[in-house]
Amino acid sequence: MTDHLLTEITVFILAVFVGIEVIGRVPSTLHTPLMSATNAIHGIVLVGAILVAGLQFAPLGSVVGFILIVLASLNVFGGYTVTERMLAMFRPRPIVAKKDD
Amino acid sequence: MEAVTQAATWYNAAYLITGILFILGLKYMSSPKTARFGNRLSMTGMLVALVATFAQGVVQWPVIIGGLVVGAAVGIYFGRAVKMTAMPQMVAIFNGCGGGAASLVAMGELMKTLATANGSALPFDFTITTMLTAAIGALSFSGSIIAFLKLQELMTGRPITYPGQQVVNALVLLGILYCAVMVIINGPDVLLHFGIALALALLLGILFVLPIGGADMPVVISLLNSFTGLAAALTGFVLNNNVLIISGALVGASGTLLTLLMGKAMNRSVTNVLFGAFGAVQSSGGGASGGSGAEVRSVSADDTAALLAYASQVIIVPGYGMAVAQAQHSIRELEDLLEKRGVEVKYAIHPVAGRMPGHMNVLLAEANVPYTSLYDMDDINPEFERTAVALVVGANDVTNPAARNDKSSPIYGMPILNVDKAENVIVLKRSMKSGFAGIDNPLYEDPKTAMLFGDAKKSIDAVNNSLKQL
Repeated sequence: MTDHLLTEITVFILAVFVGIEVIGRVPSTLHTPLMSATNAIHGIVLVGAILVAGLQFAPLGSVVGFILIVLASLNVFGGYTVTERMLAMFRPRPIVAKKDD
Repeated sequence: MEAVTQAATWYNAAYLITGILFILGLKYMSSPKTARFGNRLSMTGMLVALVATFAQGVVQWPVIIGGLVVGAAVGIYFGRAVKMTAMPQMVAIFNGCGGGAASLVAMGELMKTLATANGSALPFDFTITTMLTAAIGALSFSGSIIAFLKLQELMTGRPITYPGQQVVNALVLLGILYCAVMVIINGPDVLLHFGIALALALLLGILFVLPIGGADMPVVISLLNSFTGLAAALTGFVLNNNVLIISGALVGASGTLLTLLMGKAMNRSVTNVLFGAFGAVQSSGGGASGGSGAEVRSVSADDTAALLAYASQVIIVPGYGMAVAQAQHSIRELEDLLEKRGVEVKYAIHPVAGRMPGHMNVLLAEANVPYTSLYDMDDINPEFERTAVALVVGANDVTNPAARNDKSSPIYGMPILNVDKAENVIVLKRSMKSGFAGIDNPLYEDPKTAMLFGDAKKSIDAVNNSLKQL
């Protein structure tokens, strides 16, 4: 095992701890949007997809490369769209004055 | 060389910003008030990462732009069109896409490295992370598709089991491990073994989700989400890219936490959910208590209205049946009518109500129910004793008192909503059919329980009509 791999494992483990810390504070009422938000975040694999399919030497060829980009961008755009849609629906109690009419 | 290093520093700085924006974005999700802002931060982070990636010598523009346009168009279209009841399968399919993409990225990197290695051995760091990425990504891809098919009811939601299932799964897993080891130690035919491992991982994803029942999908979806997160993080190891490692780790942690939480809410270990084929044998446990022959009492919509109108506090217990009947908007109207009369209305949400964690909250939010009226199980359970009427709409197993006091019940020990402690219980139900777990519910035979039979939406509408005339 190289130092380089060890550094990457360090980054990974620290990020896991940050994740546990941050996500443990999300209330259960937001668990579905949370799941869809994290779903969109792993769409970051699109970065990898572009680096594999977009550079001068593209080993997968255009067809598989295209499928790869479609899959990853579906994950990103679909994930953010549904998260945004769900979060827009969450409202606090409406202003009481409305009920008096 | 100097210029190249400097450019790389810039990309990595941009990726660092992305990582920070993702973490902050999740942090802002700790309250419904700030969650939307958090999601915007996260989107900004994604944009920063994409721009930084484009600047790294992308030349295959037709493939990249074409793929992005198609992916974005389809993703945004379905993201907008999907009904909130269908959200779990939508999340499953997007999750599968991410897993599939991670797998292909690993394959591409392996082919690239093999082409440039000219026969020399590949480094161990590279082979192990590449193999893991591909296998986990592929498993997540095919598993998510089966979860999608089950939730969309394109195939049966019941567990699919056959003799020797675990043995078959173990053999497939062994096959993957053998091929993976051949790849990792740089054995002969690296690409061939890699391909076989990939195909077997796809197969394992299918085999692994088949025996899991529809009611256990919240667990499966969380778990598959964490798998894809892990696959994305591993892609970062393959490409030496920290933003992928950080983001993937965040998702992996979140998915794992939610998976454990769901398991706890069902009082079952995650292993039991995944390998127990729950609900496959419903004749043994449930049938025994069903033979008691006690009468259930049914009630009319008018009587229900009268009971609700003069109550001080009403707790509504929604279940997935409410969503199936699309009754949430009628329930919202009922809440308004009752509150006009000075009745306090609260909603009791069980952690596994719906088909994914927090699903019921989203369905009620869609019907304009303020999130401040929604209560977690732990917060609402002490309230039932002070409640005149508990109105159970399409929920079953999560209200079953057998979970508390019948040791022979398959769901014994599962935390439930204590609706039986309320003064009156009204259960809206289509028929006397048992719930997803296939277990009889003694709540229905309780003397203080009355059943309002029929379609939940029609029943609530009828209650609303008679409330207006009271």
